[in-house]
Amino acid sequence: MIRYLIRRVILLIATLWVTSMLIFGLTQLLPGDIARLQLGRDASPAQLSAFRERYNLDAPPIEQYIVWLGGFISGQWGVSYSSGNPPVRPLVFDRLENTLRLGVLTLLLSVPLSILLGVLAGLRENSPIDSLISVFSLGVVGLPEFVTGIVLISVFALGLGWLPATSLVRDTYSLGEWLRILILPAITATLVLLGYISRMTRAGVIEELKKAYVRTAILKGLPYRQVILKHVLRNALLPTITVIALSVGWLIGGLIVIENVFNFPGLGVLLVEAVKQKNIPVLQAVVMVIVFFLALSNLIADLLYAALNPRIRLE
Amino acid sequence: MAVIEVRDLTIEYQLGGHWYPAIHQIDLTIDTGEIHGLVGESGSGKSTLGLALMRYLPANARIASGSIRLDGDDLVAKRPEDMTRIWGEKLSLVPQNPLAALNPSYSIGEQISEITRQHQGLSRKAAWDRAVEMLRQVKIADPHIVARRYPHQLSGGMLQRVTIAMALSTRPRLLVLDEPTTALDVTTQAAILDLFRDLIREQGAAALYISHDLATVAQLCDQITVLYSGEIMSTAKIERIFHAPLHPYTVGLLGSIPRHIEATETRLPTIDGIAPSLTDRGVGCVFASRCPIALERCHQEKPPLEAADQGRSVRCHRWREILAGEVSVITPPQAMIPTVAPREGYVLRAERLDKTFDSPSLFDRLFRRRAASVRAVDQVSLQIRARSTFGLVGESGSGKTTLARAIVALDPADSGELTLLDLPLPRHLDQRGREALCNLQMVFQNPNDTLNPFLTIGQTLGRTIQRLDGRQKTASAIRARVLELLQAVRLPETYADRYPSELSGGEKQRVAIARAFAANPALVVADEPTSSLDVSVQAVILNLLKDLRAEQGASYLLISHDLDVVAYLSDWIAVMYLGQIMETGTPSQVYQTPSHPYTEALVSAIPSPDPSVKRAIVRLEGEVPSPRDLPTGCRFHTRCPRKLGSICEQQAPPMQDAGWGHLIRCHIPIADLITLQTS
Ligand code: SF4
Ligand code: SF4
Repeated sequence: MIRYLIRRVILLIATLWVTSMLIFGLTQLLPGDIARLQLGRDASPAQLSAFRERYNLDAPPIEQYIVWLGGFISGQWGVSYSSGNPPVRPLVFDRLENTLRLGVLTLLLSVPLSILLGVLAGLRENSPIDSLISVFSLGVVGLPEFVTGIVLISVFALGLGWLPATSLVRDTYSLGEWLRILILPAITATLVLLGYISRMTRAGVIEELKKAYVRTAILKGLPYRQVILKHVLRNALLPTITVIALSVGWLIGGLIVIENVFNFPGLGVLLVEAVKQKNIPVLQAVVMVIVFFLALSNLIADLLYAALNPRIRLE
Repeated sequence: MAVIEVRDLTIEYQLGGHWYPAIHQIDLTIDTGEIHGLVGESGSGKSTLGLALMRYLPANARIASGSIRLDGDDLVAKRPEDMTRIWGEKLSLVPQNPLAALNPSYSIGEQISEITRQHQGLSRKAAWDRAVEMLRQVKIADPHIVARRYPHQLSGGMLQRVTIAMALSTRPRLLVLDEPTTALDVTTQAAILDLFRDLIREQGAAALYISHDLATVAQLCDQITVLYSGEIMSTAKIERIFHAPLHPYTVGLLGSIPRHIEATETRLPTIDGIAPSLTDRGVGCVFASRCPIALERCHQEKPPLEAADQGRSVRCHRWREILAGEVSVITPPQAMIPTVAPREGYVLRAERLDKTFDSPSLFDRLFRRRAASVRAVDQVSLQIRARSTFGLVGESGSGKTTLARAIVALDPADSGELTLLDLPLPRHLDQRGREALCNLQMVFQNPNDTLNPFLTIGQTLGRTIQRLDGRQKTASAIRARVLELLQAVRLPETYADRYPSELSGGEKQRVAIARAFAANPALVVADEPTSSLDVSVQAVILNLLKDLRAEQGASYLLISHDLDVVAYLSDWIAVMYLGQIMETGTPSQVYQTPSHPYTEALVSAIPSPDPSVKRAIVRLEGEVPSPRDLPTGCRFHTRCPRKLGSICEQQAPPMQDAGWGHLIRCHIPIADLITLQTS
């Protein structure tokens, strides 16, 4: 197990390293001169060279990469191109915090609900309940996030006026105020996850129910509830754990659409802004953070899977 | 006193909206302390019946009529909720495949103690102690440690002991054993059968032992019921059924078991044809389509299950004639096409083949660790004569399959020399010429894995013919050769246009054999060619292999865990253990003294279909050691009942010559072996 852990951590670091090369390489390929793009056509040669100097743009790419990576690792994430040149790290961390709030709430809503639905459907395969749940979950998977988002906004914010349509965030918000802002985007994201997780759970339950050990458990004379809760779910939920962890990664990075629909100040919105403004230091940092969380949730999923699965744990 | 009493039980399966009887009007009684054998081939409904005795049915099945009384209490009327109080408490199952039947996520101890906690209200601690005690009773060494293990960490034999411990922990009234030793090696099976016998007697339980294997039933049971197509063909005390079988089906089944004592120049009696399908049973005797003595009447009128002599019952119109000896079911043993004596010279010679599996992982490479390697085949040499059969016997882990795969280059050997028809044979497949490919073919254990389900039999054979024959052939030439091959394996020509899914297991194996013979091979390597087949079908395949050898002049390398199967077909046998050949000689040399202590144990573990045969019992202790961690000195010393002492642990034993090419790898001098084994 220790071996496994070490191996997985090495893999995580390797993933991040490869990502750093990719993202750095891609920003190098951007057409045009960054300095001129940022400063505009009227910038003087002096201004341009000052900009290049400041962001180390004249150095050979390899050196730029090494300097950037070194800075990134040691926590010196540089400053943004945008006016006032705010430092990148607090900016990204601030947005990350918001996105994490949204992500945690989404998971709290979607995980219990979708597991419940998936188990119900799986235990009654091909029954009316199963069909109902399947239609519902496949239906919401099919709907694009911006459609559900806009529908929710029109009904609950614009129509009924119960909740705010956009998400203005202040540091001073209480938990209740946070919830008012988070609830609509979280429900939108939940609806998307619901389909995946519940389908996966259903498939897991159906598959496990066919296995011989279930018959053994029944023929031991255990009550039905115990057969399901202790024996079937213990194994059926293993693949679901992987799906949940993968969706955590998806939440961090893939909330872009939802955040933009609700204008929620998270990493997704920051990423879109950075791309629009060709704000390379911010872009690089956001991508690295997103990939880090993706890889981390993968790692956690694998470790959890291994910890719960004696066949791997005891290797 | 009857523990379980089944009367007139009919179970139906739903198929395409209709209900069809799968189990037909069964009467069955099992008394306290009795072990009742339920024998039938695949599809006979024996497992359905066994589980129905526990009032457990598949979702698409129903009890159409009848009663199942457990100590007088009718189970048919019970709801599943009521059954939870009976399952595990009074009725227990020992399942077929213990690895699948145990939950992979819980420890052994947890899974055993669950039962006593449920039914006897024991505390967690008390139930755990009881579980450990049960493990001790099934003779598991270090039960404390094993209780904390998980299923995947134990061997098949150990797991089967665990399921027995589990089933017996509540002292049930009836134990249903569903083919519990099918997946085990013979030596393990022998030990498990001993354990069953002792524990069931000791606890005074009744047991139903379900099996396709008449021989294990003969060794274990008191009473036997033979099931065919969901109907009882006969019931009898074990001695009667073996010494004077009354039903043609039983006669056929007993006859089709290969026994080494038989003259090898006769063919095995077979039961031709296949059992009727669930949906098409006809009105007459269900066995009529395969019965060698069926009369016109048999096709029209279903015979009743009648009481014959000595408490036997039999379902056949002609049992009186059979009993009186007026009609013989088995056609007198037919002589084989006389086998040509092995030719001088060898088809294949292998010199000091070595095959080690090691899979260093990324991690191992990073940390420069030596990966634990598995020496699957260790310096093995063998010679196969032209027109002969070389039999290779061994249990799982012996390396026999690895050796075969190395010879046909599926997993090339690491070192060693191969010679095919006096020409050097490269170890790697891509270096072998077409000539070599044609001359060296393989038949696998499971024909399903090797036949493309989307091609007809004709297309499959045609492709092989095309591929192996360098020249372009016309479609009609290929077709002609396909039909020739089908004929050679005794399949009708119409099969050329069928798909594998339309064939039975035995027929598919015949196609696989036909394919191996497509290019007139000099040597066919057959890896457990009959072990996935029923005994009656196995006999057909063994006869076919024998005929083909005579007709086509090929040699075989026949690999099997079943010494009797190997002996039936082979001129020469090698017994493998942990990657080495322990003994080699003719079948009679191997079966008779002197023999290697391992062979001795192997022979004594083979259950005989004759219950009166009690072989000198040599039982092996413990488990086959892991090939990752080979014992020093003699590889067999950890289990050898005749171990001499430290010399066996320290020095590799020499190959001793017992005369006439019969070799034994052991420290005990040949003369001493003879004295030891004859006393
Ligand atoms: S009833 Fe007829 S067909 Fe059936 S087993 Fe007896 S002889 Fe054969
Ligand atoms: S060498 Fe020793 S341990 Fe090996 S088989 Fe002979 S007696 Fe047994």
